[in-house]
Amino acid sequence: MDLKNITRRVAGAFIAAATTATLATGAFADGHGMDMSGKTVEWIIPFSETGGSAKWANFYAPLLSEALPGQPTVVVKFMPGAGSTKGANWFQKQKFEDSEGTVIFGSSGSTQFPYLLGDPRVRYEYGDWNVVLASGTGGVAYLPPELAKEMDGNDASALRDTDFIYGSQGATRLDLVPLLAWEMLGLNVEPVFGIKGRGDGRLMFERGEANIDYQTSSSYLKGVTPLVEEGTAVPMMSWGALDADGDIVRDPTFPDMPTFKEVCDATDGCESSGEKWEAWKAFFIAGFPAQKMVFLPAGASKDAIATYTKAFEKIKARDDFADISAKRLGKYPQMTGDKAAGALSSATEVPQEAKDFVIGWLKERYGVSLK
Amino acid sequence: MLATALPALSDAAALILQPMVLGYLILGVVMGLCIGVFPGLGGIAGLSLLLPFMFGMDPVLGLALMIGMVAVVPTSDTFASVLMGIPGSSASQATVLDGFPMAKKGEAARALSAAFASSLFGGLVGAAFLTVFILVARPIVLEFRTPELLMITIFGLSMVGILAGRVAIKGIVAAGLGMMIGTIGEGDSAGELRMATYDMPYLVDGLKLVIVGLGIFAIPEIIALLRQDRAISDRKPLGGGWMTGVRDWFANIWLSVRCSIIGVVVGVIPGLGGSVVDWIAYGHTVQTTKDKSKFGSGEVRGVIGPESSNNAKEGGGLVPTLLFGIPGSGSMAIFIGAIALLGSGDIEVGPSMLKNNLDITYAIVWLLALANVVGTLICIAASGGIARLTTIPFSLLAPFLFMIIAFAAFQSGQDIMDLVALFGIGLLGILMRRFDWSRPAFLIGFVLSNPAETYANQAVQIAASRFRKSFGEGIEYIFSPIVIVLIIITVISVVLGLRQAKTIMAEGAVESGAKRAPMVFLLAVLAYLLVAFIDAATIPDYASADRVFPRFVSGLAVIGCLILLAQMMMRPETHALFADREASDDSRHGLWSTLAWFAALLALTAVVGFVLALAVFLLTFIRFRAGRSWRFAILYTAAGIAFICAMAGVLNRDFPAGLLQDVAKLPWPLG
Repeated sequence: MDLKNITRRVAGAFIAAATTATLATGAFADGHGMDMSGKTVEWIIPFSETGGSAKWANFYAPLLSEALPGQPTVVVKFMPGAGSTKGANWFQKQKFEDSEGTVIFGSSGSTQFPYLLGDPRVRYEYGDWNVVLASGTGGVAYLPPELAKEMDGNDASALRDTDFIYGSQGATRLDLVPLLAWEMLGLNVEPVFGIKGRGDGRLMFERGEANIDYQTSSSYLKGVTPLVEEGTAVPMMSWGALDADGDIVRDPTFPDMPTFKEVCDATDGCESSGEKWEAWKAFFIAGFPAQKMVFLPAGASKDAIATYTKAFEKIKARDDFADISAKRLGKYPQMTGDKAAGALSSATEVPQEAKDFVIGWLKERYGVSLK
Repeated sequence: MLATALPALSDAAALILQPMVLGYLILGVVMGLCIGVFPGLGGIAGLSLLLPFMFGMDPVLGLALMIGMVAVVPTSDTFASVLMGIPGSSASQATVLDGFPMAKKGEAARALSAAFASSLFGGLVGAAFLTVFILVARPIVLEFRTPELLMITIFGLSMVGILAGRVAIKGIVAAGLGMMIGTIGEGDSAGELRMATYDMPYLVDGLKLVIVGLGIFAIPEIIALLRQDRAISDRKPLGGGWMTGVRDWFANIWLSVRCSIIGVVVGVIPGLGGSVVDWIAYGHTVQTTKDKSKFGSGEVRGVIGPESSNNAKEGGGLVPTLLFGIPGSGSMAIFIGAIALLGSGDIEVGPSMLKNNLDITYAIVWLLALANVVGTLICIAASGGIARLTTIPFSLLAPFLFMIIAFAAFQSGQDIMDLVALFGIGLLGILMRRFDWSRPAFLIGFVLSNPAETYANQAVQIAASRFRKSFGEGIEYIFSPIVIVLIIITVISVVLGLRQAKTIMAEGAVESGAKRAPMVFLLAVLAYLLVAFIDAATIPDYASADRVFPRFVSGLAVIGCLILLAQMMMRPETHALFADREASDDSRHGLWSTLAWFAALLALTAVVGFVLALAVFLLTFIRFRAGRSWRFAILYTAAGIAFICAMAGVLNRDFPAGLLQDVAKLPWPLG
């Protein structure tokens, strides 16, 4: 892109913002998909500019702009606060008629967990929204080499007399999944709270202060793979991925790594069935295979849903999509249409027993009450 | 080592030295200058603006554009610090202390050019240092574990000693109050609420630095100048001032060298970044200056020190960003995200950066240096003209500043409560200024409150686990050689600082007045601290990690308050304890009537939304308070509204909405 082009696009964005504002009440074509030319789509991300959701949205935004009919400007707008519940509550109040498809919302696992755990700040209802894309991811736990050596194949029981330190963002966040998994294996993991992002957790591991850690797939590929090559970190297990039947199988991004299910099966005292396992699985599904989703607000027209679904399908059909998405997002399903709806329901319709178990466990183990 | 570095260096030079790349760099610099000039807007806002264009862009061109923008923010934010007494960003908090008094004395151009020369030099020293250091940085950075980070935070806090003012305990209480304001909201360790409830979601997230910085420094200064109703400087600007500034810098070049190195070194450490650098540099400057009497009333060394360090810090901040993939600041976080979008995503920030992309790494370092040169030259060229702003009657400048400040504050949380918080902290700032409580000490406390608490909790927890293994291992963890050195430096700095503090009036001399008003303010501070102490005490045992820090700090601050109270009862009212600016006041307007204008803008915003409120505010203020004609007022209002709308439009930001916007749907920018 040359210099002139940039100035033109900046100016264009400005003019577009001004004109959409004045023309927002104008009608658009009916029936045959929406024409969005000249409009500005605001993609609300309920986190700050610095997190994983920002990277995900920034990856998709320019592609979405090209794929939507009329090539509207797509801008990512950050609305951080209260661990994403602020932005989600705001989105719940949006009426489709007011924006007519120019406001979309990107949720994440951190939006799903407080919803599932009955956080008093949650005023939003996933059932009201219309999902148009669901992006999956995975996670990998890893150890320092001297501790990884103690594992007997997939049997982790030899690690039980080690004092583990783990840099954590908070027990009610996505960290719930690794913490519960390690506990099921009988490991004595003490979370050190107060870190600001998983990157800080990895740094703590690199400094030798933490001796167990986990990263989501893309951060693992970027930040931990070099450590593994250097020999200062060894992968322990992945959380796995879901197959079509809803069973946990090996993560396609890490086919050589055992899943937590395999490690659990090989370790005495850890069972991949029963209440605890079901609770872990439910929260894993809520947090990873459908971690990030794009929504249209309540009351969206069929037209708008179809337009966005088609646009995301068009992005997936790009020749270079496999290549560019594998680098930024990892090899995970990017689901649209019925698949996205299926992912949404498995992520948000968690059995009451699983919720009760986790709420009770959080209270008992970490003294966290969400009232 | 040299064998890998040299070819990479020449590769990097080949990457950078192309007309296209330099063109993009200059474009980035100009955009960065335009954004950085406004307080509260900095690298984050600017980079967000560029992000949509990064996808698939040629990596070197994209880097040139982004680095150009990021590099000049700590240079251009000096304008606000020096000319208006508003810290443009956390990097130039300390510049305000001497820069603004210089502007008041008519030496704005001198202060600016000294600052820019120092910035340039700092940026270059930073880049030179990095060129060598980056090859060996990784293992060194990994030596800075939690206890080391905690010690650096404490060292930063020890600068309170120097900035405490004439009554040391007052400074310590001010810092304690700042720390307590910093603990408001959800605790980092166990998520317990401190001085907040879920019924007020705004407080749960805590107060943002932008709001506290603007409230504690900017609002009191603006209100004070507005009450005097004259220009910032009542003297003619000194002719040819900018050459003097460059000469001042050259005369203090060794100070500049030392502060630049402080900047790089502190910047390298992930997790602390910019918030302490300028204070440490300022503290160092004061300690190494023989005649300390002029600090706070316009000592040029007080500008050179912090400004040398804050640009050098940007270079240092690249180390954690590039080598660990861990952003040293908010803008660096976006920078990392943007790099992933460049080209075909080949550049991976993180541990593999040195191995696979050493040429790009060096290109980044030297683009940074180059951007500093370009930015500084533009700024120095403009400083003579821009310094004339200080001669404009302040009643014309103030409404514009109120507009910018309210807009900037709103961007931090996009909540109407942002404006309420700004007003509240502003009021506190006004009173602290009036009674000569150290506002820098308060701000240091606020900024370092969170790192101090988090690192302390983490260090204790990890140390406990080490001690369980063996006593020796625990001791080794806590008292590493780096920690011991830092402890020694801190102790020396506190002792020297307290001894010298009496001669340093960080905010100018203040006369003493009657007993009653300072006492009432002290009692109000004491009351808040007591409430905070009791509030912290109610946190249950299982969440004790969120309780210890606020209890400890508020406990100390309460004791400090009680000592002050006892002293106040015994001392005569001429004592420095009873400092009160109102005692020797030459203002033309009352405090409350002036503040009411700002309050009215906020109240009206809550009803009809920001843009409509702004129109009414600008029009009536210019017509009635500034006493200009209707014609002038209308033109001023139109220009002001057009300006703010253009800025919000380009940056894609919203305005605060009021009740009106709840009932009626209005087109942007009104709705």
